[in-house]
Amino acid sequence: MPIISVRDLVVEYDGRRVLDGLNLDIQPGEIMVLLGGSGSGKSTLLRQILGLEQPKSGSISIKGTDITCCSRADLTKVRRSIGVAFQSGALFNSLSVEDNIALTLREHTALAPSIIDLIVWMKLAVVGLADFGKLWPRELSGGMKKRAAVARALALDPEILVLDEPSAGLDPIVAAELDELIVFLKETFQITALVVTHELPSAFRIADRIAMLFNGRLLAVGTKDEIRASQHPRVRQFLDRAPDNQVHAPAVAAYLEQYVRSREANS
Amino acid sequence: MANLLEIAGRETLSQLDYVGRLHIQLWATLRGMRMALPLVGNRYRWRAAVRQMLEIGVDALPMVALLAVCSGFILAMQGASELKRFGALHYVIDLVAVGFTRELGPLLTAIAVSGRSGSAFAAEIGTMRVTEEIDALKVMAFEPVEFVIAPKFLASLVAVPCLSIVSNFFGILAGGLFMFFSTRLSLPLYFRYVLSSIELRDVSAGLLKSLAFAVIIAQVGCLEGFRVRGGPEAVGRSTTTAVVRSTFLVIVADAVFTTIFYFVGKT
Repeated sequence: MPIISVRDLVVEYDGRRVLDGLNLDIQPGEIMVLLGGSGSGKSTLLRQILGLEQPKSGSISIKGTDITCCSRADLTKVRRSIGVAFQSGALFNSLSVEDNIALTLREHTALAPSIIDLIVWMKLAVVGLADFGKLWPRELSGGMKKRAAVARALALDPEILVLDEPSAGLDPIVAAELDELIVFLKETFQITALVVTHELPSAFRIADRIAMLFNGRLLAVGTKDEIRASQHPRVRQFLDRAPDNQVHAPAVAAYLEQYVRSREANS
Repeated sequence: MANLLEIAGRETLSQLDYVGRLHIQLWATLRGMRMALPLVGNRYRWRAAVRQMLEIGVDALPMVALLAVCSGFILAMQGASELKRFGALHYVIDLVAVGFTRELGPLLTAIAVSGRSGSAFAAEIGTMRVTEEIDALKVMAFEPVEFVIAPKFLASLVAVPCLSIVSNFFGILAGGLFMFFSTRLSLPLYFRYVLSSIELRDVSAGLLKSLAFAVIIAQVGCLEGFRVRGGPEAVGRSTTTAVVRSTFLVIVADAVFTTIFYFVGKT
């Protein structure tokens, strides 16, 4: 049984359809990578799965609970089993890195402070930031912020880990480290991960399955090899990094000429 | 003409929408405020509330005191220049005492707090929106209203009336200094006159007003923060709007309260 199951999801912003009848199943213990260009609806789908926005129609069930129409208490319960690392990290700037990670542990569990300190240290050690707990988020570099965000997402030992663009804006070495971290987490904790990205090398490194999103629809869902072998023109274009709108020089020249002529006629 | 009507209609609707949102947020805050109370609530919210009280109240003390002293002198001197002609200089005491406890103390404090803390609320919450911290709170199963607004609201309700009392004291003290230098009236005697000229009703009316001002400042500041959409430039705009709107609403509310007290006091 899939742990996350999206059915016929339709999302509209001001009448503009962003997601159009989307279906997606994510199995427990797999890393699903959502691949797609800018404006393809990746982030929208993510926000839907996190229950941050209401869809126009369709359903999303996480661990058997339909989060589009469940009670607030059920949504809270579902959310406690999901760890999320946002694109910008979204660490609370008013708290130190340690306190950021300890926040959910302190408020959602009855653990003793000494145990919480230990867990926080362990989570930071997992992402390689064991010595940086006392720092403030503003003192961390971009890559460290993202890793700290992953540590915070792991705080409550979630079954599902959601990562929004983990490698965007990072240098290749740090991005690769983060990829290794995700694979490590999956192998050690049997965590289910949903990773949104547009970086191909990273996607093919970590994914068990890949879902290609384009204009609010899923073009292809499959294993790495299936996606690589796909003959769908849009998938191929994405994988081969082929540009979409090439500048057509004669057309531009003709347009400019027409513009100049119209100005001359007016003067 | 049709265009004018259209603009008027749209403006009316948007203002009504604003008032509606303000009310929704106010009720949500009142529901969530139990969690910020000491003993019965969540101790982390109470701690946050105490921190806010220090920021809103204690940090503003020098500014509010100076503001009150200056205004006290102004009121005493302006009053004296007129009253002297009728040989009624001792009425300056009544003017300053009643003027400050009923009106100037709470109003000056509210304007100072709206500039200092109303804008800070909007900036803080607006930044949290831009950096996805509010979304992070939601997915970490926290209620943003309870987590962010309730402590600020509680802190304002405590700090603003306290500041008003300080403002009253310093304003009246300034009047006393003026009387001492102009007529050699000793300060103890001055304060005895003050106590005989003001009634408990004057003080309580002033404090009631300052409670209402606290509600306005906290709610408008937080709402402007939550209304931030888009990037960092929206945060700057929201802080300006927060100050302008809360100052405006404070003065409107003051007019309403003064009218009510005037007619109630008559009978």
